[in-house]
Amino acid sequence: MYTIQADHLTKSFGPVTAVNDVSLAVREGEIFGFLGPNGAGKTTTTRILTGVIPLDAGSAAVLGHDISTEAVQAKQGFGVVPEISNAYTDLTAWQNLMLMGELYGLARAQASRRASDLLTMLGLLERREEKVQAYSKGMKQRLILAMALLPEPELLFLDEPTSGLDVQSSQMILDMLRDMNRDGTTIFLTTHNMEEANRLCHRVAIIRNGRLIAVDAPEKLKMAIESVHRIEVSFSREIAGDALAALQGVTGVKRIGDKWQLTAEKQDTVIQSLAAFGRENHTAIVTLNTLAPSLDDAFLRLTQEVSP
Amino acid sequence: MNPAGLPEQARRAWAIAKKDIRLYYAKKSVLIFGVLMPVFLFLAFFVGSNQLPLSFLLPGLVGVTLLFTATALSPAILAWEGRHGNLERLVSCPVSIEAIVMGDMVASILFGIGITILTVFIGLAFGLSLLHGMTMIVSILLGSCCFSAIGMLLAVPPTNEPSTPMTLSLLIKFPLIFISGVFVPLDQLPSWGLAFSACSPLTYFTDLVRYSFTGKNYFPVIVDVAILAVLTLVFSAGSMYLHKRTMPKRI
Repeated sequence: MYTIQADHLTKSFGPVTAVNDVSLAVREGEIFGFLGPNGAGKTTTTRILTGVIPLDAGSAAVLGHDISTEAVQAKQGFGVVPEISNAYTDLTAWQNLMLMGELYGLARAQASRRASDLLTMLGLLERREEKVQAYSKGMKQRLILAMALLPEPELLFLDEPTSGLDVQSSQMILDMLRDMNRDGTTIFLTTHNMEEANRLCHRVAIIRNGRLIAVDAPEKLKMAIESVHRIEVSFSREIAGDALAALQGVTGVKRIGDKWQLTAEKQDTVIQSLAAFGRENHTAIVTLNTLAPSLDDAFLRLTQEVSP
Repeated sequence: MNPAGLPEQARRAWAIAKKDIRLYYAKKSVLIFGVLMPVFLFLAFFVGSNQLPLSFLLPGLVGVTLLFTATALSPAILAWEGRHGNLERLVSCPVSIEAIVMGDMVASILFGIGITILTVFIGLAFGLSLLHGMTMIVSILLGSCCFSAIGMLLAVPPTNEPSTPMTLSLLIKFPLIFISGVFVPLDQLPSWGLAFSACSPLTYFTDLVRYSFTGKNYFPVIVDVAILAVLTLVFSAGSMYLHKRTMPKRI
């Protein structure tokens, strides 16, 4: 059973095709990461799936409802945390939440109870009667999350939910998402924070220039690029990058602080070359670490491989 | 519960109307502007015209008040909310675009009715009698719905710059005052002026108010009511249809 099933989504703005023939399926109970560089089409895809903008071609079913023809029924089952904070700043947090309750058709008592619980969980209860304009960015974002969670949605769309937040607010939001997912909520997370996606998502999709270029579990994506190895090395004295780049098996050299990061197709060849290099140049190797590929590497590799 | 059903969508439209009233209409500056603007216009005509009696001018004041109040903010609300990202929040909720438009309309209808009733009391305070109370009630209800729908039509261009619909609104409202028999009797207008005035809903509303106060009218009451009702339906349906097309362009 898929919570989201999108087939051949296409959306253009004038001559620019923002989303180009994108198909994806999100399983029930999954945390699905949607990654891509700025301007790749992440937000447009999310807006199509949330029924905010219409699609030009293709189809999307969300919670079993066609988002083009049964948008209200689909929206009744999901909550949205958009990229920019959009609570009414001239209303209090409580008034914003009660408005959400009414827009989702909740009974007043149910909305009040749920709002109190959420504000308590998110550390905003004591400031619920303050206008949102007095809130910090982190508090606003927590309120937006509370607004999205008020109707107890089966599915939650989040667009860069922790962007620009302090560590405490970010951690609070991520912990809450994990708890909700454990309780059965499906999560569609748009982000360009690889670490966040790596720690949170069961599967990720990578989009570039409006086209989907990969959909898989984070670990599988990392495995897919394992043909490239990274080795971090530091020496007891200053070494020129050119000398390292000339070593057998080295395909790339990058300065990282006081260390050099080498990329290679054969890890063993490079390690042996480094040992020989140290002996020949009378310099000791202070540290040498082999690094496993990260989701960052997979993302960079995949997004660079595909030409626009 | 069918979230897309009419009763549910009506409830949610009411929630949007309450939000609009709280956020936009219940502001001192808006209330003061809503009363002062028509009063100043009335005074300008009252001082400038020695021949026209108060019994003619006061219904005009009621007409202009309803036009100005029912269209005071509705053209700009979507632009404001689009600019601040609140519109994306509304559109991503289980609320149809028709319900969003209806919510904005209801808020402006209530604001229009509230302020216009004040001007009816001003008329009574100046010695006019309310000869046809029911006609007055029906005409204010109908006129308020019609002018609110005009306000929503003015909000159709998908801009998030509030000054654009407000400028457009003023460009349309002021000429309407001069062609609608508000402060100039319809029978004194040239034939081309009368032809223009027949196209203005303000003409029929003012005619009904004048009838309610003085018993005198230019068009038969049933014609005034029928035309206002038809225009209300056409403007409401038109604005909902057009907003469905332009709303996504604001986001």
